Amino acid sequence: MNPKTQTMVQRTVFFMLLLSGFAQMPIFKRYYIADIPGFGWLADFAVTHVMHYGFAIVFSFSVFDRLTRSVLEQRQGGEKPWLGDGAYAVLVGGILVSGVLLVARNFIGYRFSPGFITLLDIVHLGLVMVFLVFLSGRVIARRIRSWKR
Amino acid sequence: MNKNGISRRAFLKGGAAVACAAATATIPLTVKALDQEPLATLHDLRKCVGCGECVTACRDMNQRFFPEPVRPFPKMYPKRVKAEDWSEKRDVTDRLTPYNWLTIQQADVKTAEGDLTVYIPRRCMHCVNPPCVKLCPWGAAHQEKNGISVINPDLCLGGAKCQAVCPWDIPQRQTGVGLYLDILPAFAGNGVMYKCNRCYENVAKGENPACIDMCPENVQSIGPRKEMVARAYEIAKEIGGYVYGDKENGGTNTLYVSPVPFEMLNDAIRKGKGLPDLAAKKDVMADGNAMTAALFLAPVAGVVSALSKIALTARRAGLGKEEKKTANPGEVNHES
Repeated sequence: MNPKTQTMVQRTVFFMLLLSGFAQMPIFKRYYIADIPGFGWLADFAVTHVMHYGFAIVFSFSVFDRLTRSVLEQRQGGEKPWLGDGAYAVLVGGILVSGVLLVARNFIGYRFSPGFITLLDIVHLGLVMVFLVFLSGRVIARRIRSWKR
Repeated sequence: MNKNGISRRAFLKGGAAVACAAATATIPLTVKALDQEPLATLHDLRKCVGCGECVTACRDMNQRFFPEPVRPFPKMYPKRVKAEDWSEKRDVTDRLTPYNWLTIQQADVKTAEGDLTVYIPRRCMHCVNPPCVKLCPWGAAHQEKNGISVINPDLCLGGAKCQAVCPWDIPQRQTGVGLYLDILPAFAGNGVMYKCNRCYENVAKGENPACIDMCPENVQSIGPRKEMVARAYEIAKEIGGYVYGDKENGGTNTLYVSPVPFEMLNDAIRKGKGLPDLAAKKDVMADGNAMTAALFLAPVAGVVSALSKIALTARRAGLGKEEKKTANPGEVNHES
C-alpha cells in the first residue's frame, strides 16, 4: 500500500474509531443523530462496542506498521519519523495504552480499583479530545500559512 | 543511502526497538486477577411463598442510599429527554424502581401434577462479568472482589447505559440527584441509576445480605460460586428441576432452582419495565472479548508487516543491482 493510500485508510479508520468511541456514551440517541436514516446503529452499544474493537485492531496495526518503517528509514538519514513530533507520539501512545488497559478490564477475572477505572475512562476520552484539538490546530495553522503565501 | 538501502544492523536495531514498544503497549500493567472466588446466592424457588419479607428487609437496609431529588428538576435538552421521577411513588414494590431494588414475580403454571404457583425474587443478578460495570463510560460502577456489582451514586450521571447493556434492564433511574446537577444538567446526564448492591458493606464484614437474613423460609443461601452452582445442580437433579443464572450472560452470581422449566416461568410472569424476564441470555461481553487476541496482536503484526516489507524492498534492490552487474559486466562499481 503506498503512503498516500495508507494515510487515507488511516484517516477513515481513525474517524470510525472516533465515531464508535463517542458512541460508547449515550449521546447519539439523545441528540437525534441515531434517528438519521442509516445511523440507527450508533445507538446500539453492542454494535458500536464490537466496531470500536474492530477499528482499533486495524488502527494499531497500521500505526505500528507505519511507525516501524518510518523509524528505520529515519535511521538511514531520512526525514523525521512519523509521529516524530513528541506531543503527537505521546497522544497516540496514551490513547493506545489506555485503550489496551480498558480492553483488559473487560475480561472476567480482571479487576482494577474503581478510581483507576474512572481515571482510565477520563484519560482515554481526554487524550482523544486533546488529540482532536491538536489536529484541528495543525490544519488551521497550515491553512493560515498557505493563505498568507 | 536511499530508502531501499537500509543496512542489516539498522534494520534489526530499529525493528527490535519498535517491537519492544509494541510488546510493552500490549501488557496491562496494573491488572490484578480476581483474588477471591465470587460469592453467589442460590434461590430455591420451591421454598418461596412470596411473603415479601425480603423486599421489606431490602428497603429498610438501603433507606440511606435512596435518592432525595432536588426540585424543580433542571430543564433538559433536547425535549425527548424526560425526567424519571419515582420519589412520589416510593411505596411501589411490584416492580424495580430506584426505591425498590428487589421485587417478587409470580408465575401460575400448569404441570402434570396440577396447578402450581412459583414466586421468584428478582433483583440484580450480579453477573460474573457485569456489562453494567465494564461498559459504563464513566467508570461509575465497579465490581467488588467478591463479585458484587455496585453503582457509585456520587459518580453516576444517569445516562442509563448500564440499563441498556444489562440483559435484564435492572438499573433504574431517578432524576434530580447526583453529579450531573453540578456539570451540565441541561445537556448531559439525567440523574443516578440504582440497583441492588447485595448489601456489599455487610457482606464485606462477613454478614449476610438483608434479604437472606430476613427470609422466614430460608429460600436463599450464599457461598462461593462453585459450591453454589454444584448445590443448584444437585437440587435440580434431586427434584428433576432446572437451573437459571449459571450460563446466562456468561454466568451470574445469582442462581435459581425451579421444579418447572424457566421457559414456562418466563411465559407466565408479568414482564416489562422494571420487571426482568427469565429468558436465556447471550454473553454481552463475549463478542468484544473474542476480538481481544487480535487486538493485542495487532501492534506486533504491524511491526512484522513493516519489517517484511522493508526486507522485501531491500532484497529487490539487491537483486536489481545484481541484474545490472550481469547486464553490464564491464561497468566499474563506483559505490565500493
